[in-house]
Amino acid sequence: MSKTQDYIVERLGIGEVLAHARNKTVPKHEYSFWYYWGGISLFCFLVQLVSGILLLLYYRPGPEAYDSVRQITYETHFGWLIRSVHNWSASLFLASVFIHMFSVFFMKAYRSPREFGWFTGLGLLGIGMLFGFSGYLLPMDTLAYFATKVGLDIPSSIPIVGPPIANLIRGGLEVGEFTVQRFFTLHAVILPLLFLPLLGLHLWLVQKHGNAVPPGEETKPVAERKSIPFFPNFVAKDLAMWLITLNVIALLAALFPWQLGEMSDPLGSAPVGIHPEWYFMSQFQTLKVFGKLFPGYAGEALGMTLFTVGIALWALIPFYDIRGAASSRAKKATYFGIAVITFTIVMTVWGYLSV
Amino acid sequence: MSKKETAAAAGTTADEFEDEEAREFSRRGFLKIAVGGAGVAYAGAIGYPIYRYLSTPVEKSAELAAVKEVVLPNADKLLKGSALMFKFGVRPSLLIHHADDSWIALSAVCTHMGCTVAFNPATAQIECHCHGGKYDAKTGENISGPPPKPLKKFDITVGQGSVTVRRA
Ligand code: FES
Repeated sequence: MSKTQDYIVERLGIGEVLAHARNKTVPKHEYSFWYYWGGISLFCFLVQLVSGILLLLYYRPGPEAYDSVRQITYETHFGWLIRSVHNWSASLFLASVFIHMFSVFFMKAYRSPREFGWFTGLGLLGIGMLFGFSGYLLPMDTLAYFATKVGLDIPSSIPIVGPPIANLIRGGLEVGEFTVQRFFTLHAVILPLLFLPLLGLHLWLVQKHGNAVPPGEETKPVAERKSIPFFPNFVAKDLAMWLITLNVIALLAALFPWQLGEMSDPLGSAPVGIHPEWYFMSQFQTLKVFGKLFPGYAGEALGMTLFTVGIALWALIPFYDIRGAASSRAKKATYFGIAVITFTIVMTVWGYLSV
Repeated sequence: MSKKETAAAAGTTADEFEDEEAREFSRRGFLKIAVGGAGVAYAGAIGYPIYRYLSTPVEKSAELAAVKEVVLPNADKLLKGSALMFKFGVRPSLLIHHADDSWIALSAVCTHMGCTVAFNPATAQIECHCHGGKYDAKTGENISGPPPKPLKKFDITVGQGSVTVRRA
């Protein structure tokens, strides 16, 4: 090592970090593949950060929002690509977070001492969905406009405090330029400020507690369990996954560039076949079906209650499933997970079939 | 060392100590209230301007929404079996001239989750494409799907050269 290298390594304590990384191992077993999805989510987030900053240079919130996105998409060199990458990577981010979440769920990696990994992860997912919801409005085309209109009706259906809160978020009684400006602030300032420290905590917890092994592995004696060094072996594989993800994003963005719809018209009717992004599809379809089965307020109230209770149960699972892998609680938790995943997939597919 | 021990060590009597403790206690209570009160005052002094700052456009929008009457010039020439969208205050609204020459003005805000509804001349129904709600175009009554209530109806006067729409 050269003198300068020594100088820097010593002062920044890089040696300690490397030593730690060398001692760290990652379990190896038939489900090891699922360990990569957290890293893939992280990579997508980094892509969001970079492409988002690039979009920031041309995007103008407020009354010019639509026009600025039109310029980015059709006039700026490669603007369509940057925007398309930002959209596709958002989808892939949420998809990989969902996969990550379900694999954590079925590996029962939320159990002691990793409860906070689960909670922080759900927090990150929640913020991720808010990123999606707020970002969706920014181009101000017809779809964006109605998605926001309907989305903001959810908080305003809360009795008494709901409508003033929704008005405050919306900046008026109707979605308009103030709404875009507010959503932009949320999307580009507030949410990143919340997301980054939470992400830091989440990653720190992974470092601290290491990877959980699935219940099947746990029953094996320690001597029979296999593992690989975190550095360089796991990191190399992680990076390979990142490279694959990058290629997938690039392909999707280039082959299916994101389009810009008609400019939103505050007097226009909602177009036929309107539907939200896929990650809100199951909720959308449930509301629609419940609305048909139970007309009037009952349908919406029932749908909302179902989601609230479901999400609460889902979040609190580390407090319920606390005994061994063979306990009846553990089995019930697994069935619950299967039920949730089946419900979500069925509703999403049904939603797409009926638009 | 606890307070009692300190008091004993300093040679004070138990009575004096009780006194002191009571005083200490009321001082602490006072401090708590003072700090709490100051906290609330600061929260208010910072929160209120921010709240008003944020709600400015909401208030403007509410003022606009408070209109009682809208005059639609030339709307009386609307063809039979067709509809016209207009803004009543800030809300999208619908004026329909039915095939049987009857007129109706309705709010175009779906009572389910607030999408903008559309008049379908082929079925003479009002449809919401967001979750498939349907309304009777003659009365605004909700007839199928999720909407819980009829569309809000306005009073109208069809005059020479204009239609006047009034809050019912
Ligand atoms: S918003 Fe009209 S049916 Fe749901």
